[in-house]
Amino acid sequence: MKVMKVGTRALLVEVGSDAEVQSLHAEVLRRRAAGAMPTVGEIVPAARTVLLDGLDDPAALARDIAGWHVTEQAADEGALVEVPTRYDGADLAGVAAHWQVSEDDVVKIHSSAEFRVAFCGFAPGFGYLTGLPERYDVPRLATPRSSVPAGSVALAGKYTGVYPRSSPGGWQLIGRTDLVLWDPAREPAALFTPGTRVRFVPVDR
Amino acid sequence: MIEVVRAGALTTVQDLGRHGLAHLGIPRSGALDEPAHRLANRLVGNPESAATLETTLTGIAVRPHVATTVAVTGAPAPVRVGGRPAAWGAPVHVPAGAVLDVGTATHGVRSYVAFSGGVDVAPVLGSRATDLLAGLGPAPLSGGDRLPLGTPAPRPCPVDTAPLSAPARDLVLRLVLGPRHDWFTEAALAGLPRARFQVATASNRIALRTEGHSLERAVHRELPSEGLVLGSVQVPPDGRPLVFLADHPTTGGYPVIGVVPAPDLAAAAQARPGTNVRFVPVA
Repeated sequence: MKVMKVGTRALLVEVGSDAEVQSLHAEVLRRRAAGAMPTVGEIVPAARTVLLDGLDDPAALARDIAGWHVTEQAADEGALVEVPTRYDGADLAGVAAHWQVSEDDVVKIHSSAEFRVAFCGFAPGFGYLTGLPERYDVPRLATPRSSVPAGSVALAGKYTGVYPRSSPGGWQLIGRTDLVLWDPAREPAALFTPGTRVRFVPVDR
Repeated sequence: MIEVVRAGALTTVQDLGRHGLAHLGIPRSGALDEPAHRLANRLVGNPESAATLETTLTGIAVRPHVATTVAVTGAPAPVRVGGRPAAWGAPVHVPAGAVLDVGTATHGVRSYVAFSGGVDVAPVLGSRATDLLAGLGPAPLSGGDRLPLGTPAPRPCPVDTAPLSAPARDLVLRLVLGPRHDWFTEAALAGLPRARFQVATASNRIALRTEGHSLERAVHRELPSEGLVLGSVQVPPDGRPLVFLADHPTTGGYPVIGVVPAPDLAAAAQARPGTNVRFVPVA
């Protein structure tokens, strides 16, 4: 675990893997809930790091973190969101070819995995979900689409994502959901928050 | 209620922004020149968190439907009420139906217009700010738009003065190195205090972009996306640093060489394209 100073009020804590980020993020939330953390304005997990921003004394917290024992997160810890998905995306055949399986097997493989929201970004409510074995990594499209419909379930690299609203995008589309992932007028506004467990449930069109 | 007569190049509703939501991919947003926004509110007796209008270079004209007190701060600009010159940086009474016109800034970029009671559009996730990256809050203003005003505070306007700053010839920004300064060559780091950049025209509420000098990377592998703070100086593959402002993305995949402390960002928000920029590394 490496702790780096970011400006005068933040720390960036770097670890070795997605799983370690999840455990560290859960540890930060646990400590905050237990009142064992100084006030922190933002806690932002990402691919290999957790950012702690809005700290009054980052140096003191950096020394403290160096002594943390981060426990591994249990597999069934955290809220579960089920995403009803029509697996009829424009790139389903391309993904099947890349994985060297049938389209039906893409659906089976993808809908039997349990995902976790590793982190959010790109747009409000967009989560980067991990959970597929590394052999199912797929490249981004060489030419991004100028418009991807809201609710599109898509793959890029090791991540699965669901477009919370229509936007340009270079991820490979495998399906679509009617679930509204992001609604600023709803509480909670975002269904995908870091650490949330996610399952994709196949439904007929 | 105020009615927009002339929206100007880009006018948005701003306050102190959305906080504590970066983990959901929601930028902080809020006024780029925060001290000017706070001052404008104080001048009209509002709490500093009330929403103001942030203009860009060419000002705005509005017609309040009720009598109101306004104050214009930030980038200095000619202020007229009902066609007559009025004070910049001071409380000004605008009668019902009279047009308040904030003209083109004489220097700087962004003026702030506060109304007693504040601009009372519906908050989204705890803020009335327009976020141009995430598309939250009211759309940038257009001619004919009508915006509600809140109820003015009963207390009288506090006495306050707006210091009129001279235009800065160069923008000098302090830079706290890290977290990824070790991704750049020794030469790039050693030469940084003397390097001259200019503010690029592509600058906006998301970032102050620069041109004129490139910072050479020592590490060429890809950086997995990581969280960004306000003032992060990110260096994309073209080597031209950009300084993230209020509407910045919450994560990014290019190395951040250092962070500009928040108090220096008001000047960055007021620097016009072509302005010389220097970074001064500090501990």
